[in-house]
Amino acid sequence: MRSSRSRSGNWGDRLFGGASLGFALLILVLVAVLVGELAWNSRLALRAFGPAFLWSQNWDPVQELFGALPFIYGTLATSVVALLISIPLGLGTAIFLVELAPPRVSETISFLVELLAAIPSVIYGLVGLFVVVPWVRTAFCPSVSAALGWIPIFQASPYGVGIFTAGIILAVMIVPFITTVSREVLLMVPRSQREAALALGATHWEMVSTAILPYARSGIAGSIFLALARALGETMAVTMVIGNRPEIRASLFEPGYTMAAVLANEFSEATSDLHLHALIEIGLVLFVITIIVNGLARLLLLKLGRTTEGRS
Amino acid sequence: MIKKQASIMLMTALIGLATTAAWAKIQLINGAGATFPYPIYSKWFSEYAKAEGSVNFNYQSIGSGGGVKQLSAGTVDFGASDAPMTDLEMQQAKGKVLHFPSVMGGVVPSYNLPGNPKLNFSQAALAGIFLGKIDRWNHALLAKDNPGVTLPDAPIAVVHRSDGSGTTYVFTDFLSKASAEWKSRVGTNKAVSWPVGLGGKGNEGVAGLVKQTPNSIGYLELGYAQHNNLAFGMVQNKEGKFVDCSADTVSSAAASAKIPADFRVSITNAPGADSYPISTFTWILVYQKQENQVTGEALVSFLKWMLSEGQKFAEPLGYAPLPAEVVRMEEDALKQIQIG
Repeated sequence: MRSSRSRSGNWGDRLFGGASLGFALLILVLVAVLVGELAWNSRLALRAFGPAFLWSQNWDPVQELFGALPFIYGTLATSVVALLISIPLGLGTAIFLVELAPPRVSETISFLVELLAAIPSVIYGLVGLFVVVPWVRTAFCPSVSAALGWIPIFQASPYGVGIFTAGIILAVMIVPFITTVSREVLLMVPRSQREAALALGATHWEMVSTAILPYARSGIAGSIFLALARALGETMAVTMVIGNRPEIRASLFEPGYTMAAVLANEFSEATSDLHLHALIEIGLVLFVITIIVNGLARLLLLKLGRTTEGRS
Repeated sequence: MIKKQASIMLMTALIGLATTAAWAKIQLINGAGATFPYPIYSKWFSEYAKAEGSVNFNYQSIGSGGGVKQLSAGTVDFGASDAPMTDLEMQQAKGKVLHFPSVMGGVVPSYNLPGNPKLNFSQAALAGIFLGKIDRWNHALLAKDNPGVTLPDAPIAVVHRSDGSGTTYVFTDFLSKASAEWKSRVGTNKAVSWPVGLGGKGNEGVAGLVKQTPNSIGYLELGYAQHNNLAFGMVQNKEGKFVDCSADTVSSAAASAKIPADFRVSITNAPGADSYPISTFTWILVYQKQENQVTGEALVSFLKWMLSEGQKFAEPLGYAPLPAEVVRMEEDALKQIQIG
């Protein structure tokens, strides 16, 4: 009786193991096929421009000269601006929700923050175009560049649309990722950690900064990278407020362009084969950049995980 | 029991008959292509289905480029495009493709100035603005064409389409004819390397940026500018006259232009005192040889309806009807379609 059950258990285990291995391999195959398809469908552009595609600044569908640098710059610059705004905002919110807020307030705010993630990106784009753009043009940009205009990245621009505006919109869109994930991570910090810090005479701030954040930092870093991945790929909201100009300008208030936005804009009406292949190569570059960012995130997490273990 | 079974069988047979009859009766015709004429095409297809119950059109507005590709691959029964197919595209298609202009459209320069006066734009001024050479509203060239209008001493913010579009194709085609410098530096295409300005996605994106940005100028489809009550200027035509864009002036551009037998022609900057210079056809593309008899006949009878009844729907939707001469030429050309 016992042996037969364990044999059937083995059979079930083997089936289960095989099936889940199959699913895991399927993901790998999917990624390989994706890269292969992107590379194959961009072969004309790969052949025509070679690696210079990555640092050329031309984007001229009439002359059929294509280069990706303005789009790579725009994608990275908007994401960095978004992170600089959303990390303090998102992390601060998470700390408030876990450590300071009364439970009822905490629940309400958590719900509202999660709601932010459910708003379609085109709505963010419209709010950006009709609310944030005029505000940046008439209020924010003039006052910032009056004070800090001597720094090239804060030079004035008359438009209101641009890298910085796109960064603001992206920041609002990715805050829920940072807040929600960080909140869960902070909740998992053991009570003993807090009590030990308080017992040693730490103030509230000292407890958070010395006992809780270091304990949770690999999880917090994870939430930030999740948010970054979202920022890199966001299309609709960004294209509505960035100005769609394939140029690299010093000032963050000047218009720019991102990789996802140019794909969305030009793909459907790209008639020449080379144009189409250049657009797909942009997709390939975006994919590779996402992989690199994710790889770096993994490395960082591994390193953080090790130091945290060493500490505790 | 037997009675019940029999009645069930009878019911099944009846339902089967009814569905096969319905399937046999309604002929589905698939098309894909341009987004610019999509509003009038969807109106036509629903009106035509009402009048002619046996045909149902399925049109995907995936863009002109996609329309040409799908037609060449033979996955759709007809294509639609805002630009005529190039010789290379014609060679790559599975057979000879015929172009039928379906309706016309105009593109207008729309701006946001204090008080929004009606402005005149000479061809040189419009090209200069979009080349970035005329960068202030009170430039001498603009002041000369607009006597009595106080133009602000402010920089011009240029707005253009960021997505590839037939509208951009027409506008850049006009600028290429208006200015040799535009032709050599920028050229004609659905997406170009703009010397200056911001990009907005779609008509709504351009209109949104123009409304948002003081002292800006962009270009829009006539219908879009009309329906949203946006200010737009008059443009100087080939005869040197400033013409306001309307269904009449767009139609006159086609009436006075020289139309070749295959209809693959640009009618920007057409001659004629009343011709609006930034006008265009949009085309329906069909194979000359229609293998499937039912589809072929349905397409021909739809095209005939489009050229007669269909033209009435053009003006209310912001398009311009085809002039009588072009309709006559097309009705002749329809005879070239070989069915079966």
